[in-house]
Amino acid sequence: MKKTTNPTRRDFCKNTALLAGGMLALPLDITASAHVLGDDTIKIALVGCGGRGTGAAMQALSTKENVKLVAMADAFQDRLDDCYKILATKFAGSDKLMVKEEDKYVGFEAYKSAIDKADVVLLTTTPGFRPIHFEYAVSQNKHVFMEKPMATDAPGIRRVLAAAEVAKSKKLNVVVGLQRRYQDSYLACLQQIRDGKIGQIVSGQVYWNSAGVWVNERQPGQTEMEYQMRNWYYFNWLCGDHIVEQHIHNIDVANWFIGEYPVHAQGMGGREVRTDKKFGEIFDHHFVEFTYPSGAVIASQCRHQPGCVDNVSESFQGTGGKIYTDSQNKGIISGYDGKILYEHMGENDPNPYQTEHDVLFANIREGKVTNDAEHAAKTTMTAILGRMATYSGQLISFDDALNRGKSLMPETYSWDAMPRVVPDADGHYPVAVPGVTQVLET
Amino acid sequence: MDLQIPGFGKNKLPFRNINRASVTGWPLLLCVLLLPGEIPQNSGNQQTFEAYEEQLQGSAETIPMVPVRGGTFRMGNDQGPAEVSPAHEVVVGDFWMGAYEVTWDQYELFSGKRNNQPNPDRGEEVSLEVDGIASATTPYVDMSHGMGKRGYPVINVTQYAALNFCKWLSAKTGRFYRLPTEAEWEYACRAGSTEPYYFGSDTTRLHEYAWYGGNSENRYHPVGQKTPNSFGLYDMHGNVSEWTMDQFSADTYAGRSGSQTENPWVVPEKLYPRTVRGGSWKDPAEALMSFARLPSDPAWKRIDPQIPKSRWWFTNASHVGFRVIRPRITPSPEEISKYWLEAIDDY
Repeated sequence: MKKTTNPTRRDFCKNTALLAGGMLALPLDITASAHVLGDDTIKIALVGCGGRGTGAAMQALSTKENVKLVAMADAFQDRLDDCYKILATKFAGSDKLMVKEEDKYVGFEAYKSAIDKADVVLLTTTPGFRPIHFEYAVSQNKHVFMEKPMATDAPGIRRVLAAAEVAKSKKLNVVVGLQRRYQDSYLACLQQIRDGKIGQIVSGQVYWNSAGVWVNERQPGQTEMEYQMRNWYYFNWLCGDHIVEQHIHNIDVANWFIGEYPVHAQGMGGREVRTDKKFGEIFDHHFVEFTYPSGAVIASQCRHQPGCVDNVSESFQGTGGKIYTDSQNKGIISGYDGKILYEHMGENDPNPYQTEHDVLFANIREGKVTNDAEHAAKTTMTAILGRMATYSGQLISFDDALNRGKSLMPETYSWDAMPRVVPDADGHYPVAVPGVTQVLET
Repeated sequence: MDLQIPGFGKNKLPFRNINRASVTGWPLLLCVLLLPGEIPQNSGNQQTFEAYEEQLQGSAETIPMVPVRGGTFRMGNDQGPAEVSPAHEVVVGDFWMGAYEVTWDQYELFSGKRNNQPNPDRGEEVSLEVDGIASATTPYVDMSHGMGKRGYPVINVTQYAALNFCKWLSAKTGRFYRLPTEAEWEYACRAGSTEPYYFGSDTTRLHEYAWYGGNSENRYHPVGQKTPNSFGLYDMHGNVSEWTMDQFSADTYAGRSGSQTENPWVVPEKLYPRTVRGGSWKDPAEALMSFARLPSDPAWKRIDPQIPKSRWWFTNASHVGFRVIRPRITPSPEEISKYWLEAIDDY
């Protein structure tokens, strides 16, 4: 056997056989330790059974590889049950859904038992928990698919960056759901940029302006922790604010196309329309200016206000032309004379949500490695930096934000534990005040 | 002969939005309204059969409705593909139809910033509480796909969403609105024509009547810019494809061959495929023909990352919108309830 790194599934079986024979010096890059079946089955655990987690599980189970879902975890029993029901409908009669009753885990600690059962884990809970789950999965030598964003605060990003290094050394696959990086139109446009079609990028505008998202009302009998977990979009420790949870996609395109991360950011934002207490503490708009080492300046807008102009897209201006991209498989490069230089209209391009899973599982079978963790963490940090800039009203450097950004996470996790942000007597949550709010540790 | 068509006596055009409409349509519409033998007659429930504007209370929006007097016609086409043949005789009743495709401005009074104020002239055709009508979820992304909203037709709406708009409109106004059946849609589009388009068969003239792949410049356009048909219906050919009430089946017409069918409706039982009609800004000329049928497709939601996928929104159907109709004879409450199709989860 010539291969020395990056074992494929079949290699791995051979290695485990050797191991069973008493060869205890397990190389670090022998992955997916939970493997017990004597075939090429890849066992999957789903951690986070909401709408996106259910979607991710379906995509994982729809890849060409021999995959089985063997364990599930969620903070809430009902979310896990709903998810299982859907998967059971979809995969009725197939052997892809193999979750025993005792391998459905519920609660804050559920992730560990589920991760232990699998070769590949899908981390799709609310973003605040991602650093904890990712760190554990890597420590247990698991390949990972995880949804964006990577964290909601700077300490979380530091944990993810550290775990990303470990994952790299273990040659684990880590695919992150910044699906534009797996979308043909974006990849084609990136190639055009790298080929010099628009020259050097000097400016850009990235947008996620929409009407907003769902809200879950407070129910009688809920503890504050349960309420925040159910209505998570509106609490920063769980969501990161919509600049982090949603607009990260467009900010990521800026970082990716420019090939750098910002030096610093400043911006403005607030709560103008979405002011009811059920909307927690997040802003309904942010407008941030990111400055890059090369001198490029990116204007980043995100808004959750109904009735306004919607726009989810990215535009960049280079020294030789300009480019427009959006998630509808569209990419257009034009000159400053208006002439179209390149056009990608991929009406029937593959679904990037499926492609990212196809890549992950094919990699595992073929012994290849993709690791998105570092750039996804730094892009998440960029979005967090944007939030810190709008909340504080200050010019903040990337390094300060990463190294001195405050923690948002609770001390402990249980239904009776208190989150750091709690409502006043009227049920209103404290909201950041630009010019007053401090976002850095002193 | 009663010439007191609403609005005309006051020397006022009945459509507030006439400025955005092609004026060439007006003489045609007047002919329809004033032809001897086409005199409005009160139906059993005392409705006069004239053009009117449905106000959307709480906004400046109105939905202009034009009368489509029912009759017998040849549905389908013998020369077309299997799903449109054989041509067969169909009878449809009288109804009003929206002169335009429903716009974002109108749709967002139902979704988004919802306005539930009941109309002061509320009718008694339906007994629905407007507050009780399910509301579309807020879409995460820009559902207009960067093509603009004000004055443009709503797109990316599922049939369930379009029907719930009708239900909300019915509750708000007390008048029974729904989607057209395929038969009603085709009858209304043809407006008496037996040719592939309501203006004939000369595709070099299509640009006068429709936005389609040949002239749209890859985007939809504000409603009502082209020449309407003789009923006064704009954009029946092109701009956006329009929802009907029907399940799509390629052999539907084969089952009707040789007999006359009255008010046919293939009641949907499966989520896919259901039928849209009229073709769109994306399509070649053939797809715009009066008899052309397009089945809905799960791929229209292919980049919806959530499971279950949205009941309300497509992610990849920027060619699909709708317009409303109102039957002249209001069905019984039991009949009406059959039109409010249940949602089916989409995995």
